[in-house]
Amino acid sequence: MLRTTLTLIVTTLVLFGILYPLSIWAIGQLLPHQANGKPLYINGELRGFENIAQAFTSAPYFWSRPSDVDYNGADTGGSNFGPSNQAFHEQVKGRIAFLLEQHPEKKASDIPVDLVTSSGSGLDPHISLQAAIFQLERVAKARGISENTLMEMLERHTQGALLGLFGPKETIHVLKLNIELDQKYPLTNP
Amino acid sequence: MITEILGVLLIFTLSCLLAWPLGKYMVRVFKGEKVWSDVFSPLERVLFRLSGIDPDEKWDWKKNMLALVTLNIGFFILAFIFLAFQGFHPFWNPNDFGNWEPTLAFNTAVSFTTNTNLQHYSGESGASYYTQLLVFCWLQFVSAGTGIAACALLFQALINKSSAVLGNFYTLLVKSCTRILLPLSVVVALLLVANGTPINFEAIQEVKTLEGEIQQVAAGPAAPMVAIKQMGTNGGGFFGPNSTHPFENPNYLTNIAENIAILLIPMALVFAFGFYTGRKKLALLFFAVMSLLFVAFTAISIHQEHAGNPFFESVGLAESRNMEGKEIRFGTAASSLWGVSTTATSNGSVNSMHDSHTPLSGGIFLLDMFINAIYGGVGVGFINFFIYVIVAVFIAGLMIGRTPEFMGKKIEAREIKIAALIILLHPFLILSGTALSSYLAAKDPSLSAEWIHNPGFHGLSEMLYEFTSSAANNGSGFEGLNDDTPFWNILNGIVMLLGRFLPIIGPLALAGSLALKKPVPESAGSLPLDTPAFGTVLLAVILIVAALAFFPVLALGPIAEYLSL
Repeated sequence: MLRTTLTLIVTTLVLFGILYPLSIWAIGQLLPHQANGKPLYINGELRGFENIAQAFTSAPYFWSRPSDVDYNGADTGGSNFGPSNQAFHEQVKGRIAFLLEQHPEKKASDIPVDLVTSSGSGLDPHISLQAAIFQLERVAKARGISENTLMEMLERHTQGALLGLFGPKETIHVLKLNIELDQKYPLTNP
Repeated sequence: MITEILGVLLIFTLSCLLAWPLGKYMVRVFKGEKVWSDVFSPLERVLFRLSGIDPDEKWDWKKNMLALVTLNIGFFILAFIFLAFQGFHPFWNPNDFGNWEPTLAFNTAVSFTTNTNLQHYSGESGASYYTQLLVFCWLQFVSAGTGIAACALLFQALINKSSAVLGNFYTLLVKSCTRILLPLSVVVALLLVANGTPINFEAIQEVKTLEGEIQQVAAGPAAPMVAIKQMGTNGGGFFGPNSTHPFENPNYLTNIAENIAILLIPMALVFAFGFYTGRKKLALLFFAVMSLLFVAFTAISIHQEHAGNPFFESVGLAESRNMEGKEIRFGTAASSLWGVSTTATSNGSVNSMHDSHTPLSGGIFLLDMFINAIYGGVGVGFINFFIYVIVAVFIAGLMIGRTPEFMGKKIEAREIKIAALIILLHPFLILSGTALSSYLAAKDPSLSAEWIHNPGFHGLSEMLYEFTSSAANNGSGFEGLNDDTPFWNILNGIVMLLGRFLPIIGPLALAGSLALKKPVPESAGSLPLDTPAFGTVLLAVILIVAALAFFPVLALGPIAEYLSL
């Protein structure tokens, strides 16, 4: 039984700990872009990963959802705040106050809930369409473009449910949207 | 919201539909009949020859359990050594992670050996790729295979007529891995890769963001591990936030695939019971009882998360949906379905932060793990359910004054003693652990400040959840709890060991004693099981056992928090 136990450990270790992942890796080489987590290179420089949110804090960019780990992709996670926690309540109030300060034309009831709650991963690449519309005026002003032009762009970036049927609809991929903004309406002084 | 509900219905329906043929296929694998996957048999033959296993030799329950325990001790020792000496790994450690603290290594080695996958570490900041693959990925196969093999032995025991011979644990383990877990995991892993789950061996990369800041991003060989983590009801994620992380679960399509993968084998094993024993109607009754609870729990959780946190409206927001700890691409409904799936099946992976769920949704997750047999973990879920069935048969028999029988075998004192002990073990482990930790936290404010992230009722729920997840071999957590301390590492480790092996060995001993009995022909005096009446009794037994044992603590934690919101 001892010999069986030892050999079984070694053989399964080789099979499932080495050969199985290496075969997936080998097949993954057929799709190198996906297998590397969809990196985005601009002029040969790594500027992001398609599905990983970035920190946006300046007016000309649409902002991502709050991140409890400050968008650190090497130490990810959520706040783990329970719904009754006073510290959580204070944090949300602080975010509302900050958003209203940055968007003086808006009121609290205009703020969608996803813009004041932190995501589970801290790297949520999406915001809701309402969260983008909330920021529209600010971004348009900072970029010097009309709100209508920007709204058309938002509409093109709005993702529907899967096959139009399954899952959340009207979501916006923040990074892709901001990349297109930079391409079409580059900032003179980045 | 309607499309979100449709998504939930799609996942559930597809899981049920795929589980039926898989159940049929699994029985053919267990019985050694001809299947397409016989292409693997040359590989298996090499493995058997090297290990000195005669695949056709069959043993009674005792010899099988001895093999199971010995092998699992081996798993644990190797995993512990690999973790405690991670700094010496010869390759696949590009970020130069060092050795693990011994109690964390103990906890994690137990956790992955017992198919729990409770993670007191965070993958991207503590585990080398060598550890991820040669410890975690490997153990997620063989620990799942251990559970499936034990379940197959139980099936055989139920149809034996006065024979102690059940099967060969080694053969069943190897075949469960090569013919069930491996092919399914390959399919899921490739789907994940195609959608952007990384499979590379790069160190942490630096990104220059659009705003010109430096962002660090960890990737690595995640896809193969995520696939087996779902398929084998393991739940040990590659990154800290598990399938909430956009690399582990990039979009709604992968979310559908992963959620089906969570439910698939646990559901299929219920059907497999029917195909193996020829009692299809009874299997469907079991499936109906489980599904009734599953659907009701999912509905409650979805409603709670959508209704959300009244606090949001109190500060002037127009909506109160609970998006804290959730991702936009999944929404609240798919997060609730996942939460119920992962706690019902003892999987433990998450696609939202359970600690941030509304109190009743968190309470539902706890209830799922208290019962621990709604489909349940691969293999062990059905074994747990079998114990509820034995108790229900006994109670129903007492109520109408008939000899309790299960599938033609008399249930006698010995069987009931084992069943009662196993049923009581679960609340004993959870409640005594929670009592001890809350006593210590109440006595010493510095301890509670160190451990608990959310004060008040929710703090009790955090400790309760940790012990429940350990005893149920689930592995999810209210992750606010600061659990990487010697106290939690050691105590959770012990609870996981007891909660894993006793509920496998006990029921196998019970089934082993049933296997020896001469079947009594069914007569007007026997209790028919495949009827709605027995289904009701079974449902009542499950709810009463869970409610009686756990209602007081639920009232102090989630329910009290709900009432205080």
